[in-house]
Amino acid sequence: MSIIEIFFWLLSGLAIFSAIMVLISKNPVHSVLWLIVVFFAISGHYILLNAQFLAIVNLIVYAGAIMVLFLFVIMLMNLNADADPQKNVWLKVIGIVTGGLLLTVLVSAVRSSNDLVNRSAELKTGSIGLIKSLGITLFNEYTVPFELSSILFLSAMVGAVVIGKKE
Amino acid sequence: MGQMNNLVYLVPLFPLLGFLVNGLFRNQLSKGLIGIIGSGSILLSFGVSIALFLQVKSGGAIPVHSLFTFIDVSPTFKIDFAFQVDQLSSLFLLVITGVGFLIHVYSTSYMHDEEVPHFARYFAYLNLFVFSMLLLVLGANYVIMFIGWEGVGLCSYLLIGFWFKNDNYNYAAKKAFIMNRIGDLGFLLAVFWLFEKLGTVNYSDVFANTNKLTQADITGITLLLFVGATGKSAQIPLYTWLPDAMAGPTPVSALIHAATMVTAGIYMIARSNILYTLAPFTQAVVAIIGLATAIFAASIALQQNDIKKVLAYSTVSQLGYMFLGLGVGSYTGAVFHVMTHAFFKACLFLGAGSVIHAMSGEQDIRKMGGLSKYMPITRITFLISCIAIAGIPPFAGFFSKDQILAAAKEVNPFFYYIGVGGALLTAFYMFRLYTMTFVGKFRGTHDQEHHLHESPMAITFPLIVLAILAAAGGLLGIPEAFAKNANWLESFLAPIFDGSTKLQKVHPSEGSNEIVLMAVTSVIIIAVSVWAYVKFKDYQTNEEEPTGFARILANKWYVDEIYDAVFVKPINAFAGFLKNVVEKSGIDGIVNGVGRLVQYSSRQMRLLQSGMVGSYILFMVLSIVVLFLIFWNQIQIVEFLQKVF
Amino acid sequence: MPIQYYITLSAILFCIGVTGVLTRRNAIIIFMCIELMLNSVNLLLVAFSKMPPVSKAVSAAATGADAQLFVFFIMVVAAAEVSVGLAIIVMMYRNVHSIDVNFLNRLKN
Repeated sequence: MSIIEIFFWLLSGLAIFSAIMVLISKNPVHSVLWLIVVFFAISGHYILLNAQFLAIVNLIVYAGAIMVLFLFVIMLMNLNADADPQKNVWLKVIGIVTGGLLLTVLVSAVRSSNDLVNRSAELKTGSIGLIKSLGITLFNEYTVPFELSSILFLSAMVGAVVIGKKE
Repeated sequence: MGQMNNLVYLVPLFPLLGFLVNGLFRNQLSKGLIGIIGSGSILLSFGVSIALFLQVKSGGAIPVHSLFTFIDVSPTFKIDFAFQVDQLSSLFLLVITGVGFLIHVYSTSYMHDEEVPHFARYFAYLNLFVFSMLLLVLGANYVIMFIGWEGVGLCSYLLIGFWFKNDNYNYAAKKAFIMNRIGDLGFLLAVFWLFEKLGTVNYSDVFANTNKLTQADITGITLLLFVGATGKSAQIPLYTWLPDAMAGPTPVSALIHAATMVTAGIYMIARSNILYTLAPFTQAVVAIIGLATAIFAASIALQQNDIKKVLAYSTVSQLGYMFLGLGVGSYTGAVFHVMTHAFFKACLFLGAGSVIHAMSGEQDIRKMGGLSKYMPITRITFLISCIAIAGIPPFAGFFSKDQILAAAKEVNPFFYYIGVGGALLTAFYMFRLYTMTFVGKFRGTHDQEHHLHESPMAITFPLIVLAILAAAGGLLGIPEAFAKNANWLESFLAPIFDGSTKLQKVHPSEGSNEIVLMAVTSVIIIAVSVWAYVKFKDYQTNEEEPTGFARILANKWYVDEIYDAVFVKPINAFAGFLKNVVEKSGIDGIVNGVGRLVQYSSRQMRLLQSGMVGSYILFMVLSIVVLFLIFWNQIQIVEFLQKVF
Repeated sequence: MPIQYYITLSAILFCIGVTGVLTRRNAIIIFMCIELMLNSVNLLLVAFSKMPPVSKAVSAAATGADAQLFVFFIMVVAAAEVSVGLAIIVMMYRNVHSIDVNFLNRLKN
């Protein structure tokens, strides 16, 4: 088992474990922190796949900006474990069973698909994930969407301000 | 010739127009106008019928003329609305329109007390009745005949229940209709059978292709047709409606008994004579049923006290004779008897109506008597008809009945003796009726006596005409025994019964022997008539209930009660069971249950719409799972799941 | 690394997100679970971008770059979505003093 594979398994385990911790933490703040761990693990996967640009953006946007926003909101509302509304146990069981069912179906679909046999993702190699090549593609072919996304941000900002403003 | 051919449709057209005008404008027209339209339309038909008859007489049958295609499904299933005028139907046309016209004239006076709309309604029904009967007689195939067949059934229902405010009358009307329907079903099945086997219902095609039918087919078809005839022509076991049909106005009874309706069965069998001749078994059934009906009804008539009931049972009895004639192959005799019977029975009924009119609605002969001095014309005509129906020579009934009985004797002497016995019964109850009504002392109330009067012209005129016909009608068919080729009717109708005659054995008629028999029976009949006259001449009202056998006869052999117990009660019970159990808890349960289920399930389903986003997502995810399972390659998924678990 | 591993990993993360949405009532946790699902999809897209195409005619570099840029745009949209979504949650909290989604059952009527 090469070092890469060891990293893959480690990161996968970490991601799944942290994701489950997000679910089962009573305190929302803990959930946020576990979610950040998930994002870090996913960024690790990106690095393994040699998608350095996305790994960095993921860290900055998700783990940095978005999760901080979550933390702000949670702290703003002064939420803690006691304030967390609890669902009926049966509903929880039903939810877990349903999620498990979906997983089973998805995994079985993946396993039964012949197209995916002997196909693999290339690790550690390739230059497409590098900032330079992505930048060239972005500013050559995706200039308009890129500019449109700035308008999206602007409108989101305006929307957030309008919604959050006190009447 | 060609011109006359086109006039055929006029015969039923006039009554139809009369029906429409009287029916639609019943609130606008005056009584006089209604009477003129009603009677006039029949008179016009009668005129055309005479013209047609003369044409047929001189030139033979008029070729079948199709007015339009009635049913056109495919080239092999095509039924024309066609009329056929030949010797048989032209004769019937004359009887129907002729007697029908006289009854219409009579009705203008008899029904004069009705209010104008009802008066018009009455004439509209009457015209429709005649129209239906004409259609029945004129049709060139069984389907047209069936239209008329159903039409007379409907009209009899309408007219028997004419005074619809009386529940008993409605009951009688319903009874007539249902009894007829039972017979109609047989007729309809027979037509289906014919069509299935031959692919046609035209008379000419059917009779030309009888060799394509097996013996079983012919027997089955003729039996089913006969079932239809028993319903329409009131034979055992479906005869009970006819006596009850007395609920209608008296002229209607005359119309039903003489000109229309009951003769339909005879006409149909005479029309299909070849089929019947080919089916000896059916012929035997027809003869036996006819004979049984003749005796049975005659025995009931002996003990009836209602003037119209006696006549009704005598009609049933006479129809029995006609069927006996058909059954023994004497089709001419049957048709002959239809004609003579139409004359004297119409006369009797109209005479009875005249009496009832004079008696202010009283129908019980025990309360009459001695009417002859008040109503001479009615009395004379009634007497002539009585003599005619009793079969005393040289009046009409003698000849026609004799022809039938002579033919019956050829087939089976037993039939002959029973038939003569029935004729004796006929003579007895008819003279009992006559004597109790017109002879002796008046037994009614003083008021009634004061009121007695001879009927007006419109009533007596048809009586006189019919009495003349009843007296002289027999001359149309003088037996061979008296003079060679004197039987005009026989030779006139020969083309119709040609096929049957050829198939039948030719029997040498023993002329002298026959005359002796005739003379003997005539003497006996006269003796019985006189006996009846003497017996009831000084009849005094006694309120004693009849006992023993007479009681059974007075109660009509309890046939109505038996039918009630055997058919009506079980059907009612079954219907009650269906209504109370199957309908209420079964059908209603299902219907209401579906409603309740929908209500309940929708109330439960409504709970799913909790408004909680979580539950919606849950369903969404579950649906995705289900969609995956359905649309992905299920086998592989199942295999995988089996591996996992 | 076989592509199925990545797909399975993504499916697991995605289903954990679904389960979270189904089992929790806290609006913020649900929101976080949605982010988790988004990320699992991103991971899948990146993994596929590194999977060499079967046909030699298609340049791996071009398709891979497209896929990764797609992820980039998803992140962009997600960032915008989070800002608006959190604003809504804040407003909801201000109105009903709770972040329990079951309070929001106005759809019922």
